[in-house]
Amino acid sequence: MEPFFEFIKQYRKNRAAVFGFFIALALVIMAIFAPWIAPYLPADQHLADRLIPPMWDAGGSAAHLLGTDDFGRDLFSRIIYGSRISLMVGAISVGVSLSFGLVMGITAAYFGGKVDLFIMRIVDIMLAIPAILLAIVIVSILGPSLYSAMTAIGIVGIPTYARIVRASVLAEREKEYVIASRINGSSNLRLMFAVILPNCASPIIVQATMGFASAVLEAAGLSFLGLGAQPPTPEWGAMLSDSLQFITTAPWMIFYPGLAIFLTVLGFNLMGDGLMDVLDPKLKEKG
Amino acid sequence: MLSYVLKRLLWTIPTLFGVTLLVFSMVHLTPGDPAAAILGDKANARSVADLRAKMGLDKPLYQQYFIYINHLAHGDFGRSANSNEEVMTEFLDRFPATVELSLVAMLIAVFFGIGAGIISAVKRYSIFDYGSMFGALAGVSMPVFWLGLMLIYFFSVKLGWLPVSGRLGYEFDIEHVTGLYLVDSLIAHDYAAFWDALKHLILPAIALGTIPMAIIARMTRSSMIEVMKEEYIKTARAKGCTRFQVIFIHALRNAMMPVITVIGLMLGSLFAGAILTETTFSWPGIGKWLVNAVYQRDFAIIQSTTLIIAIVFIIINFIVDLLYAFINPKIRLS
Repeated sequence: MEPFFEFIKQYRKNRAAVFGFFIALALVIMAIFAPWIAPYLPADQHLADRLIPPMWDAGGSAAHLLGTDDFGRDLFSRIIYGSRISLMVGAISVGVSLSFGLVMGITAAYFGGKVDLFIMRIVDIMLAIPAILLAIVIVSILGPSLYSAMTAIGIVGIPTYARIVRASVLAEREKEYVIASRINGSSNLRLMFAVILPNCASPIIVQATMGFASAVLEAAGLSFLGLGAQPPTPEWGAMLSDSLQFITTAPWMIFYPGLAIFLTVLGFNLMGDGLMDVLDPKLKEKG
Repeated sequence: MLSYVLKRLLWTIPTLFGVTLLVFSMVHLTPGDPAAAILGDKANARSVADLRAKMGLDKPLYQQYFIYINHLAHGDFGRSANSNEEVMTEFLDRFPATVELSLVAMLIAVFFGIGAGIISAVKRYSIFDYGSMFGALAGVSMPVFWLGLMLIYFFSVKLGWLPVSGRLGYEFDIEHVTGLYLVDSLIAHDYAAFWDALKHLILPAIALGTIPMAIIARMTRSSMIEVMKEEYIKTARAKGCTRFQVIFIHALRNAMMPVITVIGLMLGSLFAGAILTETTFSWPGIGKWLVNAVYQRDFAIIQSTTLIIAIVFIIINFIVDLLYAFINPKIRLS
């Protein structure tokens, strides 16, 4: 347990990172306990209560903390339930990027030579197209939906992970403990995943945390464009795009879902920054 | 140097080839028959077969790919399925709007990003440093489209200072020379139009410039801090240079190298970031056009835009690499 306490001690020094951790924690709690926290169901329509402003504005009511939208749906409840979608998007997208990126990066670095050249060419081609554009291309193939968006964002993230894993495996490959294990008769698979990989965990953990933030941001962007989650799903980006026409009459419909995206992304970025400080200080120095 | 340039140029060929293959296979990865999709549900089998033949879909895949490459080599990017216009013509109509928006956004980002980065590095651990670095992290986390909407709400709806959307008021008509309204209006000495174009441009440019600004600020800060530790800075101080001279003449020039690389690389992704900004501000550039093409499943537009932007991206990366090798001999010699 000693290293773990040391980790906590180091991490706590970075106040912003602690703040980030609490945002992420709040998000997880919101997602798990959504039915108990949210006063209404996200799709519940109360047409008599359309476009009510937040509680503290003139005309607001205590029944709807952050007001209601044009269908009389409670904004607070929709944002709470939206956290489930954002967490799912982040987890699945990072899962896709990480699993493919890990296998590609480790294979490239471990076998080197032509294998490395071939895999890194694929990575270069994917990086030649800007991320959101590639995501749009993939969504246009699969058809707009939340699942297409998650898949697209996952695929778009693969090259970044592949590069990071490759770089750290290359640094470890020739170290003595690896050679010792090879002499002891470890198979390639064992060397790759059981011997080398655990020693490359730090940069991967940092990238996964930051990648979570950008996945949430990109998914919200795709939904905002109408290419991700479709109405009436309470996805934050989609909520924004549904409210564009109400910018003059009901600005709260735009303000709060956007704030939720911003805080979530900020939280995970701050956490990633703090993890980088503790796990991988060298990376930080490079800027 | 020449051998480095040639080697680097040769490397772009497989990448370009891969991008065309990816873009080509898009249509074939899509479920369903593209010809049937274009003609809709009411089309009969005969007209679908005719269109398939016309589109070359009845030929084997590898032949279709060679035909596609051959067309591209002749500058033929196909026609939009909806408007039947040449994709290239439509693209060139809209591209200047995106370029103008991206360039102004980049200018804002470079000016304020480098400024904030220098002050943070010089006054390290001051309130300004903490503030601007937190601001930079917030900037990276900011959804561009939400920032855009907030700017519209405060500056257009509440204060009424700036227009809500679009690129130019209806009362103005600028003669098309470069396609960049700011430049064209100056050429025509139409200052009222220039002012109007600027007012339309300012909010989208700030929204689009925020993320690059944040990245540039962080990069400049860490690079400046690194450089300020060097021996030659101590020498400069010791020989009696003023603080201003040390920072702007001795340190900044050397600190700029990694920053320039980042700026070059971001220029490409800025074109893509413009997609969200353009949709928020109804800016008539390629971003909005592309998103509409996705709704309408107009594959000729999606394919060509992806390909053109990827090529622009590859060229920019190539130039940045060359610049970098030119400045830093270690790279071209390794």
